[in-house]
Amino acid sequence: MKILVCISKTPDTTSKIAFIEGNTKFDENGVQWIINPYDEWYSLVKAIELKEKDPSVTIHLVTVGGADTEPIIRKALALGGDEAIRVNNLGNDSMMVAQEIAAIAKEGAYDLIFTGKETIDYNSGSIGSMLSALLDTSFIPNATSLDLSGSNIIIKREIDGGEETCEASMPIILSCQKGMAEQRIPNMRGIMAARTKPLKVVEGTITNAYTTIQKFDTPSAKSGVKLIDSGNMDELVRLLKEEAKVI
Amino acid sequence: MVLIYIDQDDQEIKKASFEAISYGAALAKQLGTSAEALLLGTVKDDLAAIGKYGASKVHQVNNLALNNFDAYVNAMVVADAAKALGATVIIFANNINGKAIAPAVGVKLSAGLVAGACALPKTDAGFVVTKTVFSGKAFASIQIETPIKVISVNQNSFGVVVGEGTATVHPLEINAPASKIKITATDKIKGEVPLTEATLVVSGGRGLKGPENWGILLDLAKSLGASTACSRPVSDSDWRPHHEHVGQTGIQIAPNLYIAIGISGAIQHLAGVNRSKTIVVINKDPEAPFFKAADYGVVGDAFEVVPALTAAILKSKASA
Ligand SMILES: Cc1cc2nc3c(=O)[nH]c(=O)nc-3n(C[C@H](O)[C@H](O)[C@H](O)COP(=O)(O)OP(=O)(O)OC[C@H]3O[C@@H](n4cnc5c(N)ncnc54)[C@H](O)[C@@H]3O)c2cc1C
Ligand SMILES: Nc1ncnc2c1ncn2[C@@H]1O[C@H](COP(=O)(O)O)[C@@H](O)[C@H]1O
Repeated sequence: MKILVCISKTPDTTSKIAFIEGNTKFDENGVQWIINPYDEWYSLVKAIELKEKDPSVTIHLVTVGGADTEPIIRKALALGGDEAIRVNNLGNDSMMVAQEIAAIAKEGAYDLIFTGKETIDYNSGSIGSMLSALLDTSFIPNATSLDLSGSNIIIKREIDGGEETCEASMPIILSCQKGMAEQRIPNMRGIMAARTKPLKVVEGTITNAYTTIQKFDTPSAKSGVKLIDSGNMDELVRLLKEEAKVI
Repeated sequence: MVLIYIDQDDQEIKKASFEAISYGAALAKQLGTSAEALLLGTVKDDLAAIGKYGASKVHQVNNLALNNFDAYVNAMVVADAAKALGATVIIFANNINGKAIAPAVGVKLSAGLVAGACALPKTDAGFVVTKTVFSGKAFASIQIETPIKVISVNQNSFGVVVGEGTATVHPLEINAPASKIKITATDKIKGEVPLTEATLVVSGGRGLKGPENWGILLDLAKSLGASTACSRPVSDSDWRPHHEHVGQTGIQIAPNLYIAIGISGAIQHLAGVNRSKTIVVINKDPEAPFFKAADYGVVGDAFEVVPALTAAILKSKASA
């Protein structure tokens, strides 16, 4: 079985969010890059668990980005991927990224393709669905567990207000979230091994974006909290009713 | 024409769809075109009544197999329907299902996508849609360059607009690929409004000390008719079920009212709730970071403040 895990880089969750060049570019100054938590904690670790059960599984990692993604790809290899492919394309538009990944996916004929639920910077959650259309392959979003039973796979996914269980066959694309697996920390052996694992760089071919970011804005700060005396809850109820008009 | 996807679950139209239709109708007006809705499968609701949210027509692909959601299959049917009907903008609610099909529809129509729009597009020069990025810490204005556009609308960002009018219902023949996914079980949390659809949410953190203390929070939620949520450490310690965990790694919500009790307001927690319209923070530490993101704050001990707030709400309801 061959698994492709899509790995993206995002700013550490505590990064300061600021913009430069007339608010047209994210300020990367001083930003610590991490593997997108959904990709690391859930998809990658799930793939590793499958390999631990069945050593014939191979795990390929793919990332679309510049050379500055290599440290996070090495970390992903240290956690347990077999080899990695970096598609050299800075394409910020999801469609460009999805097309590049689809080309890799076609070539590798993978049984399972994992993405994270969303990247924590652009919060689109689009790549899995786009891959499904580009590869004409079934897609299960928001997967919370996966079990193999023969050639079938049993997947649970989050739905609004609950959970659904379904049976599917491979090949399939999943977006992974909490529940799929537990976060792990790379060990020394993994870190050493990662140094010699293959990291292939291929040139991107997609240049045509469907969308462009014109500018960023930061939300206007809250006008300041209105403090209500803890002994006067009638006043809070009045404000919620008459001022905020939410109850 | 602006085409709006109606999301259904168990043959009931999801609330998020009404907001998507309201958004699509406002956009259609702005563009000087019509707003029409698209339903896959069948529902118990009265389809003509959708007219009151601003859709003039409802196109129905009356295929019972489509009552089971399959992201790939639904996306192919929506894309073919959009082509057959000549839609130029396709609108989805940015809920779990909408998120899962809008991008695939974009691919099939060679259409640019903005996922998670939080306002109507600016269409005076080009077509620019604003969306939240960095988990609500910023907005991006995105120009869609393609002739056909796909937008998914963040829940509770536009609101449901109810007017007058009825829609006409039109059957639409579209071939659906066979689903390769078999749904074997569905577990719903009985009788509760799903958190993502809730307009009022009461949420608790580690400040409540233990699961045995949740009674005061549940009483408050009951007095308001609110759904309940929690911070990550609370669900990680199994004080509350996992589906209540909100934040960066949990569910992202945008209710009208979010009451946070004994939650410090870590940035990863705020990422899931900072799109709420009104935030009330109850915390005994006046330095808790959550107060900076709050509209109303009460500095005090939750074990005294929360029951007092519940009593004040019940009193106000009784006198109304
Ligand atoms: C990558 C990453 C992702 C994360 N994702 C999430 C996420 O999705 N959601 C999330 O919630 N967290 C997330 N976290 C964790 C987050 O950083 C915080 O640790 C967490 O939100 C803290 O939870 P808390 O506020 O309940 O607990 P605490 O930080 O311990 O705060 C408890 C609060 O209760 C107050 N308090 C105590 N006693 C009382 C009392 N009697 N009355 C009133 N107030 C009282 C205290 O003053 C304090 O402010 C994430 C962390 C990381 C690193
Ligand atoms: N540049 C990228 N390279 C590889 N995978 C990506 C990239 N961007 C996004 N992904 C994958 O797609 C998922 C959803 O991303 P997004 O649609 O951008 O929110 C992420 O969790 C990753 O698994």
